[in-house]
Amino acid sequence: MTEEIIIAGFGGQGVLSMGKILAYSGIMQDQEVSWMPSYGPEMRGGTANVTVILSDNRISSPILFEYDTAIILNQQSMDKFEKSVKVGGTLLYDPNGIIHPPQRKDIKIYKVEAVEEAARMQSAKSFNMIVLGAFLKIKPIVKLENIIKGLKKSLPERHHHLIPMNEKAITRGMEIIEEVK
Amino acid sequence: MADYRLMKGNEVIAEAAIRYGCDGYFGYPITPQSEIMETLMLRKPWEETGMVVLQAESEIAAINMVYGGAACGKKVMTSSSSPGISLKQEGITYIAGAELPCLIVNVVRGGPGLGTIQPAQSDYFQAVKGGGHGDYRLIVLAPASVQEMNDFVGLGFDLAFKYRNPVMILSDGVIGQMMEKVQLGEFKPRWTNEQIIKMYGSWATTGKTPDRKHNIITSLELDSSRQEKFNHKLIEKYKVISENEVRFEEIACEDAEYLFIAYGSSSRICQKAIEIARAKGIKVGLLRPITLFPYPTKKIQSMLSKIKGILAVEMSAGQMVEDVRLAVEGKVPVQHFGRLGGMIPTPNEVVHALEEQIIKGK
Amino acid sequence: MADIKEIMKPENLVYGKSKVLTDNVMSYCPGCTHGVVHKLIAEVIEEMDIQEKTIGICPVGCSVLAYNFLDIDWQQAAHGRAPAVATAVSRLKPEKIVFAYQGDGDLASIGTAEIIHACNRGENIVVIFINNGIYGMTGGQMAPTTLEGMPTSTSPYGRDIKLAGHPLRITELIAQLPGTTFVTRQSAHTPAAVRKCKKAIRKAFDNVEGKKGTSFIEVVSTCSSGWKLSPVKSNEWMVEHMFPFYKLGDLKDE
Ligand SMILES: Cc1ncc(C[n+]2csc(CCOP(=O)(O)OP(=O)(O)O)c2C)c(N)n1
Repeated sequence: MTEEIIIAGFGGQGVLSMGKILAYSGIMQDQEVSWMPSYGPEMRGGTANVTVILSDNRISSPILFEYDTAIILNQQSMDKFEKSVKVGGTLLYDPNGIIHPPQRKDIKIYKVEAVEEAARMQSAKSFNMIVLGAFLKIKPIVKLENIIKGLKKSLPERHHHLIPMNEKAITRGMEIIEEVK
Repeated sequence: MADYRLMKGNEVIAEAAIRYGCDGYFGYPITPQSEIMETLMLRKPWEETGMVVLQAESEIAAINMVYGGAACGKKVMTSSSSPGISLKQEGITYIAGAELPCLIVNVVRGGPGLGTIQPAQSDYFQAVKGGGHGDYRLIVLAPASVQEMNDFVGLGFDLAFKYRNPVMILSDGVIGQMMEKVQLGEFKPRWTNEQIIKMYGSWATTGKTPDRKHNIITSLELDSSRQEKFNHKLIEKYKVISENEVRFEEIACEDAEYLFIAYGSSSRICQKAIEIARAKGIKVGLLRPITLFPYPTKKIQSMLSKIKGILAVEMSAGQMVEDVRLAVEGKVPVQHFGRLGGMIPTPNEVVHALEEQIIKGK
Repeated sequence: MADIKEIMKPENLVYGKSKVLTDNVMSYCPGCTHGVVHKLIAEVIEEMDIQEKTIGICPVGCSVLAYNFLDIDWQQAAHGRAPAVATAVSRLKPEKIVFAYQGDGDLASIGTAEIIHACNRGENIVVIFINNGIYGMTGGQMAPTTLEGMPTSTSPYGRDIKLAGHPLRITELIAQLPGTTFVTRQSAHTPAAVRKCKKAIRKAFDNVEGKKGTSFIEVVSTCSSGWKLSPVKSNEWMVEHMFPFYKLGDLKDE
């Protein structure tokens, strides 16, 4: 198994940390992982993306130009990455702020109303975990228990009380994802 | 299961330094390597091991702090990225001239000048061929993974002390910024003065004792015949290093008819290119130099009888390829492929270059 | 109600963007002081009608791209070396008005030697010094001007004087040098402060035109991205913490 993923959106949406949690979970189930972020001058409101790879084998290039899955969280990223999904691959997006929804017919497209749902849950910080849950519903590459293990290992002790909230958000994401036909 | 962590290459450099008993780090912020000093400042190793960490006022100051620390026989290091490494060149040549051990990390970005903050491999000449003035060499290690960022800190210090020579880790923005799983080393205590003297002799300025002559750390020699003698001593040392310290990795070379030669992040892209090319039926392998000085010249020569052509892949206008050509001496075609200015070649581009430049022989 | 075309008549114009500013969107974060100071320099250049006479030297730092925002000739210097570059330009083109524009890392850390010696020689230049107490461009590391106890990415527990030394009031040092004629510390966080700051910039440019030596203007500034505060909170923090240490006003006016 090898899954090559790009997660792209605005800085502050939790794009990088979502990728990190995914990668950590991969380690928990004994896989090879890589996490390669875009980097640049720190700017308020700038774009951010990260390439995450999970594999049973040694990972060749940590930088990719085609992906099995693109998780897209703003319009700039849609413009940039819709075309980089492999034929037959998967595109998951949050329609919030998307003016031009994806058009491709040769990939599977899903949406998750994560911004709205996070507002409903009164927990803006849960946004990225809702998206992660949605992704795991369609690509169950890591087990929920390994995500929790990963969170326990990557979060400092004083943040462990947040883990149940994250778990709830992941489960919620799994429930509300919709396929776009 | 081994205790793996998920860390950035830059963070690992910092953690590895603490664990390997590094005595001092001196740096100045620059992208894409600022996380090295940031991690150290967060970790506060001065409370744990006594390691000194200082943000210097410039790269020039930082490398001269390294000079001073190294001359005391301490395990000291600095890190920077290309423009900052250029500023350090004067200090580096003094360190080489005074035969001091130290570790210098370059997380390369694109140039020339202020250039770009994105990854590049365009500092090969500077790292491998001198960089500063005078006849000297650095031992240059080229990590291709976060694990090697960890491993080469220890290896680098060991080689630096073994040969009393500065060692450079030549990394780039990809390896520095990415996270992979990594197994960190055990904690090693910092050396005491007595241990250093016992292991490496008493050349450092530890304070003159009655049992020895005073120690002087300098790179000055006004008598030309003595300077020439010293130059020959350095050449001898570099020869010994060349004979004993060459490191490389071979991937898919057993049946290879064509060869990629690439180091660092380019070697990772080549691994993907091999997957693509082999699916097309092209038998291509990868030779990955791990030491850039000393270069695996003899290894390349030993492979030539089975190889029809070589593509050197590097994110530069063609620097390492010159060392490939020196090794190959025209016996098989050698071409260069690279992207510049912080652009990263795609695996497909690499395969295309192999087909066009080598297989079709254009 | 007045017709929109009526309002748009030139005689009704109350405010316009300086012609010396380009139409490029500035790359600065919301609330950043660089943008305001750029505007003031542009207005002064326009008012003095010296667009053709002015040569700017921009630093390495967030304002490295200043050349995209002011429509004058520019040179981009290596990190910290703008005063050396400006020295040569002013010596070789004495008929020009030369200014160096620098951040606190650029001017007071890596470029300390260059600024001290350019000012000590009394080079006929303007220096604009944006002191936001942090390295903005590289992601918020400690600057020589970072206040005691102020957290940055290389002083995550707050600047510890024992480890990192004291915040550097370099403007006070500069004021000691006989080469400088006008040394002042300004800010640009309120309309009144902006007006005062502009007056100081105007005086500095006038001084250079009158060949009076070095004029040095520090602008105590905010960096909301680096400080991790909103723009409004940043201004409040600056007033409360920066101003007591970096006291506003003229240090020297000869
Ligand atoms: C020789 C060299 N060292 C380091 C850097 C990295 N660098 C870029 S900008 C900067 C500091 C910027 O801080 P400051 O001067 O305070 O300006 P600001 O960005 O806050 O406006 C540094 C260290 C560089 N470009 N060149």
